[in-house]
Amino acid sequence: MIMINFWYRLVDMFPFAWTHYVFMKNALLAVLLITPCFALLGTMVVNKRMAFFTDVLGHSAFTGIAIGVLLGIQDPTLPMIAVAVALAVAINLLKDTTRASVDTVLGVLFAFIVALGIVILSRQGGFAKYTSYLIGDILAVSPRQIACFLVIAIVVLVYWYAAGNAMILTSVNSSLARSRAVNVFLIETSFTILLALVVMISIRLAGILIINSLLVLPAAASRNFARNIHSYTQGAVIISVFSGVTGLIVSYYWGTASGATIVLFAAGCYGVSALLGRRLNR
Amino acid sequence: MRNTCKHCCTKIDNLKVKLGGNTILDNVNVHVNCGEVVGIVGPNGAGKTTLLRTILGEVPYQGRIAFQISGSVSKKPKIGYVPQKLQFDFSSPISVADLVVSAISFYPVWMGINRDLLERVKSILSLFAAEHLLKRRIGELSGGELQRVLLAIAMTPGPALLLLDEPGSGVDVKGLSLFYQLVDDLRNKHDIAVILVTHDLAGVSSYVDRLILLDRSVIAEGNPEAVLSNEKLVKTFGPSLWNVSLLPNLKSSKAGKNDHD
Repeated sequence: MIMINFWYRLVDMFPFAWTHYVFMKNALLAVLLITPCFALLGTMVVNKRMAFFTDVLGHSAFTGIAIGVLLGIQDPTLPMIAVAVALAVAINLLKDTTRASVDTVLGVLFAFIVALGIVILSRQGGFAKYTSYLIGDILAVSPRQIACFLVIAIVVLVYWYAAGNAMILTSVNSSLARSRAVNVFLIETSFTILLALVVMISIRLAGILIINSLLVLPAAASRNFARNIHSYTQGAVIISVFSGVTGLIVSYYWGTASGATIVLFAAGCYGVSALLGRRLNR
Repeated sequence: MRNTCKHCCTKIDNLKVKLGGNTILDNVNVHVNCGEVVGIVGPNGAGKTTLLRTILGEVPYQGRIAFQISGSVSKKPKIGYVPQKLQFDFSSPISVADLVVSAISFYPVWMGINRDLLERVKSILSLFAAEHLLKRRIGELSGGELQRVLLAIAMTPGPALLLLDEPGSGVDVKGLSLFYQLVDDLRNKHDIAVILVTHDLAGVSSYVDRLILLDRSVIAEGNPEAVLSNEKLVKTFGPSLWNVSLLPNLKSSKAGKNDHD
């Protein structure tokens, strides 16, 4: 509470109209905490070509919400996390045992979980209630949720510190990683569980439809000019925080959905970096 | 044949590996002493890579794999592994320094590699004619350059057993002979055991002490000349096993070719 009051006073020092609103102060703090996490996770999602996987993960929120409704739970965050984690672990196991390509498995699961969620939620024509999950609402973020983001940010940072190197090796070659005493299964499973957690906890911010682009775009943009992992990570974090803050503030003046506005800025960064990167690499 | 140390060795006895209902390896017996380079050849699908992965502990097996180091039995010795031509994303922003540091140190490379560590990596790479590659992205390296970087990683810190999977694939003749030369030096200096899976019979025959012909089981074993001159084997495995242009008696005239794999 002390921390959040300190934050409010800090933002009050800026001479802008939007700083008068508590919801904007909360939203800004949430963006500052969660965008670096998305950037870090995104660097590995892009390196490991998991963009489709994380999209499926995001969409599993439909089923999570639906299960929450069936069980009569008010806040569907827990069932959403449970479904996403179960899905992440299941895909990880399937990947090693099935002969079908991962792409196909993901495509099948994608259709299934979305359809299942929509069927349950649309009973008696009640789907309209849930559209806020589709586009998200960052301005409704509460101090309690912000505390949750703070914990998540610390978890991601500690995980990245401890497992970053192992993930780089795994992304290059899993046998090479194993020969360096890396437990590849543990690394891959824990990474997907962490992804599931972060995506589900922040789905209220950006919404099911575009949450995946927050993961993919900053890393993809940074890749256009990065020469090593350090500059790749740095670039992704800068782009992610920049698009987050700019998108949020611009959405206030435009009166648009914040999540989507943030994604537009991230996409803009990608476009610029693709053009500049090509020129640099020539 | 070279005199090898008898105190340490890798013993594979009666090894059987089944994957998805198919028997990939059956009744495989291989002993490798330290200081010895053993080449494993065989047709595609003979189980060569599976054998290496089994030694690495990636594949469940029946039978026994024992490592003995300086007379005492060791459950998990340090094994250096140079994988077959890597299938990674060539636009990946991973530099050579990133790859080496992430393999040999716990210092997280995403936070930036400090100067001391970078110097250490440079000195390791310099032993493998690769220090100039330090800041290059791994996707920009040639087959031979990448192989030397992977060898540098595999040799840090010095393993008891070095496994090389198809070092010839995607590497030009010059790069390959440099690679074999480095492996030969390592074996002489550090007395490590080397198991090398290859298709490149001609190129490898002057560097290996022993050649093993594998096709689910060990079909033949002995010094390279004996195995390669065994007419029956050439007839049975010839077309599927080796490219005629690479047979030893023809190698001088065809040395410029590099069309294996």
